[in-house]
Amino acid sequence: MSTTTEAAEPASTVDLPESTGGGITTFDITLKVRRYIPEFSDEARWDEWTITMQGTDRVLDALHKVKWELDGSLSFRRSCAHGVCGSDAMRINGRNRLACKTLLKDLDTSEPITVEPIKGLPVEKDLIVDMEPFFQSYREIMPFMIANSPAPSAERYQSPEDRERFDDTTKCILCAACTSSCPVFWTDGQYFGPAAIVNAHRFIFDSRDDAGDMRLEVLNDKEGVWRCRTTFNCTDACPRGIEVTKAIQEVKTAILTRAA
Amino acid sequence: MSTTNTPAAFPATSLEAPRSGRIDPKYLRSKTSSGSFEMAAWVFMRLSGIALVVLIFVHLWVNLMSGGGIAQIDFGFVAGKWANPVWQFWDLVMLWLAMLHGANGMRTIINDYAEKDSTRLWLKTILVLGAAIIVVLGTLVIFTFEPCMLDAAGEQLPRAVCPS
Ligand code: HEM
Ligand code: SF4
Ligand code: FES
Repeated sequence: MSTTTEAAEPASTVDLPESTGGGITTFDITLKVRRYIPEFSDEARWDEWTITMQGTDRVLDALHKVKWELDGSLSFRRSCAHGVCGSDAMRINGRNRLACKTLLKDLDTSEPITVEPIKGLPVEKDLIVDMEPFFQSYREIMPFMIANSPAPSAERYQSPEDRERFDDTTKCILCAACTSSCPVFWTDGQYFGPAAIVNAHRFIFDSRDDAGDMRLEVLNDKEGVWRCRTTFNCTDACPRGIEVTKAIQEVKTAILTRAA
Repeated sequence: MSTTNTPAAFPATSLEAPRSGRIDPKYLRSKTSSGSFEMAAWVFMRLSGIALVVLIFVHLWVNLMSGGGIAQIDFGFVAGKWANPVWQFWDLVMLWLAMLHGANGMRTIINDYAEKDSTRLWLKTILVLGAAIIVVLGTLVIFTFEPCMLDAAGEQLPRAVCPS
């Protein structure tokens, strides 16, 4: 126990200038959204709104502003609004991003900001796509632990090194940004896709799991890892910064060394 | 993770999202797995690629850079090379690897771009036939090459090797 007396903290260290209204700048943006409303038309179209936003706002805030104040029919998914749930992956200025993690100030606000649904999955309405094909691939790689040994009375121990081995791929939030950025997935949608491989990787390299070989066999399929052409779109798209392409290569190597 | 707004760099923004209505979004993955064929093809592309770098660049250097350079290539130059079993073997391996590598690469592209199984089958049939004809013809040429060649007028081709 230290007995030194600590100096009292000063009340506030930040002086906000009156004129800036708290230091937050505002600017006008044009939001250009790909609309598809099957009740009215089979054709998709672009809608544009010019709105005033703040320097701290994200693309999601701009979508909210449109939906809440200008056009309530605009449809998109979002849940957590903080990059955790993986609901709001969309194609922003041609790149797959989470709307809730993309700050408007990081985009070129002198041009319209384009927002489209992620590609390769059937569009249901506006920015909402049918995620079922994506989750079907995910289910197929058995994303749950399969252990042969009987469950111990306490937890299953794992060394920090063994835990580190698959740490990167535990971070996936299943947003589908990677899979829907992959040109191989775009072609006919039968490729398992990066996300399924990332989540297989998470268990294949988990020392507590015993079904790695079964997952490798699933991914040795005609539509499995060998369709990957190392485009790196997935790594660029992942909002969690997962090294997706590297994980896919590690699964390829695991299949090769298992077969050898 | 920066996103910059340069529409010109992303012409794809104006393209329709694939399979929004056009192709059945259903899951069509066939249950009949082709064993480890795709794995073998993947390994072959890499191994043949490494071999082709050596084969092709030595081939280009010997033909176009060394000796008399690009001007040296005529019938006699080819005849001279194929009199040597090393170059016969070199060109044979290059022919087979490049054709198998190229044909397998085209197979990948057909799998990507063809949408119907029947289209795939047709394109692959043409591909396999084409590749087989070129490989067989090429192999025949390398081994049955006739170094003494006369033109239509009965004159010897430039530097053709004929018994005098
Ligand atoms: C110079 C040495 C070469 C190297 C190192 C090389 C390497 C490769 C590799 C590694 C791939 C697989 C790419 C992937 O799976 O993502 C590939 C694909 C391909 N290669 Fe080669 N290759 C070479 C020469 C050739 C030649 C001479 C041809 C034509 C006869 C050719 C035609 C193709 C085609 C059509 C593909 C498929 C492209 C695609 O997957 O989109 N390559 N090459
Ligand atoms: S790997 Fe990244 S981009 Fe892909 S689904 Fe998971 S979080 Fe999203
Ligand atoms: S809304 Fe949950 S990740 Fe963006």
